[in-house]
Amino acid sequence: MQEELKAIQEEALATLEQINDMKELQALKVAYLGKKGSLTQVLRGMGKLSPEERPVVGEIVNQVREAITKAIDEKSDLLEKAALEEKLKEESIDVTLPGRPVKVGGPHLLTKVIEEIEDLFIGMGYEVREGPEVETDYFNFEALNLPKNHPARDMQDSFYITNELLLRTHTSPVQARTMREYKGEKGFKMICPGKVYRRDTDDATHSHQFTQIEGLYVDKDVKMSDLKGVLNIFAKKMFGEDRNIRLRPSFFPFTEPSVEMDISCKVCHGEGCSVCKGTGWIEILGAGMVHPNVLEMGGYDPKVYSGFAFGMGPERIAMLKYGVSDIRQFYLNDNRFLKQFHQA
Amino acid sequence: MLVSLNWLKDYVDIDGITPEELAEKVTKSGIEVDSVEYVAEKSTNVVIGYVESCEKHPNADKLNLCQVDVGEEKLQIICGAPNVRQGQKVAVAKPGAVLPGNFKIKKAKLRGVESNGMICSLQELGFDEKHIPKEYAEGIYVFPEDTPVGESVASYLNSNDAILEFDLTPNRADCLNMLGVAYEVGALLDKPVSLPSEKVKTISEKASDYISIKVEDEKLNPYYGAFIIKDVEIKPSPLWMQNYLLAAGVRPINNVVDITNYVLMEYGQPLHAFDYDKLNSKEIVVRPAKQAEKIVTLDDVERTLTSENLVITNGKEPIALAGVMGGANTEVSSETKTILLEAAYFDSISIRKTVKATGLRSEASTRYEKGIDPNRVKHAGLRACHLLEAYAGGKVLEGVVEADVLDRSEKVVEMDTATINNRLGTDIASDEIAKILERLQFNFEQQGEHFKVFAPTRRGDITIFEDMLEEVARIFGYDNLPYTLPTGTAQAGGLTKRQHLRRAVKNYLEGVGLSETRTYSLTSESLINKLISPEIESLNPEPISLAMPMSEDHKFLRLSILPELLKTVSYNLARNQSNIAYYELGSIFITEEKELTKQPNEQLRLSGVLSGKWLEHLWQQENKKVDFYVVKGIVEGLFDHLELELSIQQAQLPDMHPGRTAGLLVDGESIGFIGQLHPALEKELDLKETYVFDINLEKVLEVHRYEPTYTAIPRYPSITRDIAFILDDQINAGDVQATIEEVGAPLVKQVHIFDLYKGENLPKGKKSVAYSLLYQDPERTLVDEEVEESYQKVIAAVNEKFKSYLRS
Repeated sequence: MQEELKAIQEEALATLEQINDMKELQALKVAYLGKKGSLTQVLRGMGKLSPEERPVVGEIVNQVREAITKAIDEKSDLLEKAALEEKLKEESIDVTLPGRPVKVGGPHLLTKVIEEIEDLFIGMGYEVREGPEVETDYFNFEALNLPKNHPARDMQDSFYITNELLLRTHTSPVQARTMREYKGEKGFKMICPGKVYRRDTDDATHSHQFTQIEGLYVDKDVKMSDLKGVLNIFAKKMFGEDRNIRLRPSFFPFTEPSVEMDISCKVCHGEGCSVCKGTGWIEILGAGMVHPNVLEMGGYDPKVYSGFAFGMGPERIAMLKYGVSDIRQFYLNDNRFLKQFHQA
Repeated sequence: MLVSLNWLKDYVDIDGITPEELAEKVTKSGIEVDSVEYVAEKSTNVVIGYVESCEKHPNADKLNLCQVDVGEEKLQIICGAPNVRQGQKVAVAKPGAVLPGNFKIKKAKLRGVESNGMICSLQELGFDEKHIPKEYAEGIYVFPEDTPVGESVASYLNSNDAILEFDLTPNRADCLNMLGVAYEVGALLDKPVSLPSEKVKTISEKASDYISIKVEDEKLNPYYGAFIIKDVEIKPSPLWMQNYLLAAGVRPINNVVDITNYVLMEYGQPLHAFDYDKLNSKEIVVRPAKQAEKIVTLDDVERTLTSENLVITNGKEPIALAGVMGGANTEVSSETKTILLEAAYFDSISIRKTVKATGLRSEASTRYEKGIDPNRVKHAGLRACHLLEAYAGGKVLEGVVEADVLDRSEKVVEMDTATINNRLGTDIASDEIAKILERLQFNFEQQGEHFKVFAPTRRGDITIFEDMLEEVARIFGYDNLPYTLPTGTAQAGGLTKRQHLRRAVKNYLEGVGLSETRTYSLTSESLINKLISPEIESLNPEPISLAMPMSEDHKFLRLSILPELLKTVSYNLARNQSNIAYYELGSIFITEEKELTKQPNEQLRLSGVLSGKWLEHLWQQENKKVDFYVVKGIVEGLFDHLELELSIQQAQLPDMHPGRTAGLLVDGESIGFIGQLHPALEKELDLKETYVFDINLEKVLEVHRYEPTYTAIPRYPSITRDIAFILDDQINAGDVQATIEEVGAPLVKQVHIFDLYKGENLPKGKKSVAYSLLYQDPERTLVDEEVEESYQKVIAAVNEKFKSYLRS
């Protein structure tokens, strides 16, 4: 009987060697270990054995069963692994084929510039204010120290609708309106971005519609050196830490003293080159200390309060910063232009 | 203002500083210098020569053979200029001379005849066209007869001059003349200013015997001064004066006109010379013009006047348009012998009105408009008399006949060192401030820290403390101001809720694939009434037009963003950019008034346009064109994002596709629309199939209330049941869904459509719509029976309401 068992084991293992798929393996398992399997048959014959032989043979049967079971399990693992490998091989793809495109839009370049400036000043404690695009002559001019017949009104030929209403020529009326809201009672910091309109013929450097951002800080003891400090921070954050600023006296009816701010040329750093037309400097914005008449009309006592204001053109800043050479591009909305500035 | 540096040297010492350095200094202290220009390029060895003889070249028709005396020697020169004549004084480049462009003059033979040098035109001497007098533009330049032979031409031609172009801001009218520029440059360089001579040797005859002055409105004409000059000889003005005028951009005419122009440029005071003999009276009356009164001005144009225009008359008829232009009837001519010279002060607003009405703007009117110095009016007249004596042989009569109520007082501005330093953030000493005032040549009284400044009348821009603050700061130097940061009231900056929300809307739209645009707010007559949203249309808005539009394209304030946005789409289509997904945020302008009396309502709207392919991924067979449902999905997604309930209903709107348009409603109120453009409009605007949306964002921001709060995640399982109904084609799937939601509540939590089928196996005019229902109770596990009961109720309700039946 022992020989018989040995023969079964050897035969089973030998057959196992030849098996290459799960189905055959399953059949083999049944043939040897199943209810009608050869090993079970042997076990059934154990009744004929003497009580002394039984444990010995039982032991051997167990050993044989274990050996066959182990061999089958091992084979099973092997086959599963091979099958998985085969499946993975079949699933392999060409990773160089293009991915499914994701539709992503983006902001207009001017919005990008405006929001960058907004965020910069918000960080310095400024609020963002807005106002109407159709303004009264009073808020657009008179409240800003530009009475009727003032020669400086020539500087900004305007789109009038009636004698008293016009498309605002700058966002400064928002400053006048904000001062009134605060009623001359406390200091405040604000910037006001928005669309403005002037009677200009559209060409590479002019646009009858464009955008502006103005800022206003009114408080006790506001100094011109504060203006210089704030503009310096703005220039460095906006254009780079290596850029310097320079203030030049200028004239605006709503500020006195008035300044124009230049930044050092990024190519020559102030030495003079073709980019800056040899001057070393590039004009960026206008600013100044708020004119006492403007403070007064806004309800602030110019003996107690002073302030500074500044104004800039996002188009110009975008042109300088991103090299856009024609202002009309901002309003043509050429798909190829818009998409150039969608990246983060 | 063109500033000739040679001319400027007459008043202030600018030696030792290059034109470029001066330009930089002037720019940094307040007047932008736009350009530095040289009158001519450098040339050497060019002298004045006398043409002793001039004959035809024996072998060439167009050439002349000239014998020219150049002082030390006589040169035979062949000259091709058409205007060369015997007896002229000309510019001669001697052999060895170097002309601009490194052009070397050598002895040569021209058609067999020797030529030892060249007679030069101003072009050949490197002059810019605009500095060349008209009569010499086509040939050689001819000097006045008295020009000495053999001298270098440079000093006679002003060829070594440099011209700075000042870009003056409106407040600095004081620099619209050479003396003002001299004061400015003197202050910057800390140099004194020397004033020109006004000395006149009058004759005993009295001007008052020749003329009397009457001014009707002293407010408009507070000073009128008349000088009489006899025996003038009209001839060319001296060469130096012509050169300076050319440098300043003024064309020389004759001595009398040139002198008035010269003094205008020198003092900033307009003067006018009348031919006294043509006056036909002994009086000057200054008065407002009569309605429809006529005058022929010096430019030979007849002008019809109104009472807004101030005129100078001879007591009967106008002889000049005050401060703007003289009349042809009293014009100085070559026969003129006696001159009445006007030096007057006119009110700037009155002149401005005349300039606007007539469109005439002259060097004189520009200065009146911007304001002149009351203390220089009479001095300018005297200066002109001095020059008329010297260069026109004139005899000046004694006295000036005047009407004079002119205020010549100086404005007093008080200031103190502490306030100046507080405003500037500086630490300037009182002594230094005093030094700055001296450099500016302002009179002042100082008591310790306190200053009383008498602002000179030439600086009409200085009236208040802040003006003086600027003067002190700019001479001190803006470069010398420190950098500080505000130390005042702290304030939390930031965006308002509305501004945050607007950015959130933008971020959403960009995230789902739309690009932001910026179009013009002004549109054309043909587009203004297109695609107006129904709720705006119901307000009967009146289009707002500009009083003076610049073009037909930009005449009306938009009532919808869409028309201009669609223009950008056709612009792109024409450039092969056919896949468009744009949005724009901006105002429209609504009023019911025909004649605007108050500001219109500016409503923030959100518009979008989509056309072409939405998604293209060809190798995986995905090729999705934009359709109604792409746009609807974007709009629905936006309202989901904002937690706002949006209702979308079939609608018919002008210019929109009748079957592919829907109105948008929030809280039962119309807030915009979506859909496809009407194919007729698409064709009109050169568009392909195009979808749009237009939303009253103002309203959306207003009703937005969402504040996120936590809702427990359901702990009990949900059950899904699907139903497919066979419906009549014209029944809206959304209406069925609404019934399911209504009948299924509260157990049905979600309903969505997962299949739509028409065609084979279905009767004609029928469609199958499949709905998936999600049942859930947050408190417990649902049992099959109650779901089944609800499910059957839903089926019964739908079948009854829509005459539908289940798809087997």
